Amino acid sequence: MLITDLFEETYFAIFANKVRSGLTILGIVIGIGSVIAMISIGQGAAGSIESSIQSMGSNLITVSPGFQRTFSQVSAGRGSAQSLTIEDSDAIAQEVPGVLVVAPEVSRRYQVVVKGQNTNTQIVGTVYSYPQVKNIEIALGTFISDQNVRSMSKVAVLGPTTRDDLFGENANPLGQTVRINGINFKVIGITQSKGGTSFGSQDDIIFIPITTAQRFLAGSDAVSTISVQAENAQMMASVQSGITNLLLRLHNISDPQLADFSTLSQQDIIESASSITNTMTILLAAIAGISLIVGGIGIMNMMMTTVTERTREIGLRKAIGAKRIDISLQFLAEAVMLTFLGGAAGIILGSLLAFGITFFTDINTKISLFSIILAFSVSAGIGIGFGYWPAQKAAKLNPIEALRYE
Amino acid sequence: MLEVKNITKVYKTGNVETKVLKGISFSIKEGEFVAIIGPSGSGKSTLMHILGCLDAPTNGQYLFEEKDVSQLSDDELADIRKKKIGFVFQAFNLLPRATVLRNAVLPLTYANISKDKREEIAKKSLKSCGLDEARFFHLSNQLSGGEMQRVAIARALVNNPSLILADEPTGNLDSKTGELVMETFRKLNEEGRTIILITHEKYIADNAKRKISIKDGEIIEDYVNNRSI
Repeated sequence: MLITDLFEETYFAIFANKVRSGLTILGIVIGIGSVIAMISIGQGAAGSIESSIQSMGSNLITVSPGFQRTFSQVSAGRGSAQSLTIEDSDAIAQEVPGVLVVAPEVSRRYQVVVKGQNTNTQIVGTVYSYPQVKNIEIALGTFISDQNVRSMSKVAVLGPTTRDDLFGENANPLGQTVRINGINFKVIGITQSKGGTSFGSQDDIIFIPITTAQRFLAGSDAVSTISVQAENAQMMASVQSGITNLLLRLHNISDPQLADFSTLSQQDIIESASSITNTMTILLAAIAGISLIVGGIGIMNMMMTTVTERTREIGLRKAIGAKRIDISLQFLAEAVMLTFLGGAAGIILGSLLAFGITFFTDINTKISLFSIILAFSVSAGIGIGFGYWPAQKAAKLNPIEALRYE
Repeated sequence: MLEVKNITKVYKTGNVETKVLKGISFSIKEGEFVAIIGPSGSGKSTLMHILGCLDAPTNGQYLFEEKDVSQLSDDELADIRKKKIGFVFQAFNLLPRATVLRNAVLPLTYANISKDKREEIAKKSLKSCGLDEARFFHLSNQLSGGEMQRVAIARALVNNPSLILADEPTGNLDSKTGELVMETFRKLNEEGRTIILITHEKYIADNAKRKISIKDGEIIEDYVNNRSI
């Protein structure tokens, strides 16, 4: 039997029973459609989490202080130590190869007052390189300059949400005064809105020079975080270990287990986030996969009925010289064709679903080539898997009994 | 062209053995028109299945064109059926919802012949069985009984078989259309085709030139039919 004949036979068989074929295919359509939609939701979520991590700055390594250890052996928790200083930050910038920019910061929440309005917000003392490291853009005025840091100027740059809270929406507060913890600061700039990320709002914030924050607000030389931007993604690992070695040396610590600081690279965050979203995607796809199996059983059921119905035809085909392989191929091709049609329709349905989800809700979706290839091969596999038994049943029929079948 | 030597067929149902054929021997030469006649239960259908290579005898030898086919596998038998034997059944066994032409072409699809050539052969065969060209693209279930059987005969002929086996070909037809179908067989025989006709009706068997009469699995008569029409 030629391949074209096989297709023709299959075509005739499927279209002879349009309604039944259509209903049987529906199971596969729904199965493949939901797998595609679920994977697209999972991958969309992974994409948006990754981009929100990237929005905090690219190629970022964060150095935080370690445990505060006292003589009484009571640990105050990670990040509580005051072991990092501006000198550490300068040393990283000068000595570690592959470092692009370094931005130390001191941050704490304080009450902020402006003419009757007041709010409690994050006050970040930092340096001029901070916007570059954290991907922050200035909407109005300027950011803190090197000069401001050196002269401990009492200037502040507001986040857009803080500006709205204190001065009213979209007001222009440049040149006005805000009172932070009882000290007056002059507003010199407003940052561009970044929107809330899963890692806290970057809009409800006030930036002031780090030296001012240390001297007038914190009263100590410690910094709470040093953000380091590497030259490129490939340098991340070497920069991270370079920082660790340098700080161990500067802090006179020989055992890395006892380090009084910790480093966290953005790569680590992205990796752990993507492992979560991958698990979620697999979970969603597995749930949708159950409907595929149900669809496959539907195909098998229809093929069994078809074989029984066409017993006489099978007998005749055998009588006129069809071999076992001819018969089994014919029914297998029918099953595969059914699942293939179902798969194609399912991909369209799934894409429409994904599009609809993005359109009507805020959930990001992403249809990947991978999920389409997966859907096609799974549907072909189901056709072969669930079509095999009926096809064998047909091929093994005794021609004499088949011809007599009523 | 074919010879059966002392063939027997035994069916087993549980522990009960039923002997359907009890040692049958005869030979048929090329160009003969033979009727195998017998009442139902005589074993004539079983004999036909063996002659048509649909079944193998329990014992004995069946030589088809000097080749022993009694111990061949299913697929080897299928190959002989494909190349050498054309079947005509009582119930026509046409594919429903398929055109006349597609039905006639069917055996050729298993013979790896190009599509154009197939249709050409099938059309010729249909014409020689007296089917009008206007009917070629009608669906088979829209035809009358006589037309259906002639399509079935045309289908049996497309492989140019050396043997045509007809199992009660007029059983589902009225006597007038039955006569028309028998005329087709006589014409084919005159063209030199070997035909074996299985029937239980004497007046149908009268069309053949030789009659083999069987009863209870044994041949009771084998004679030249002088009354042949």
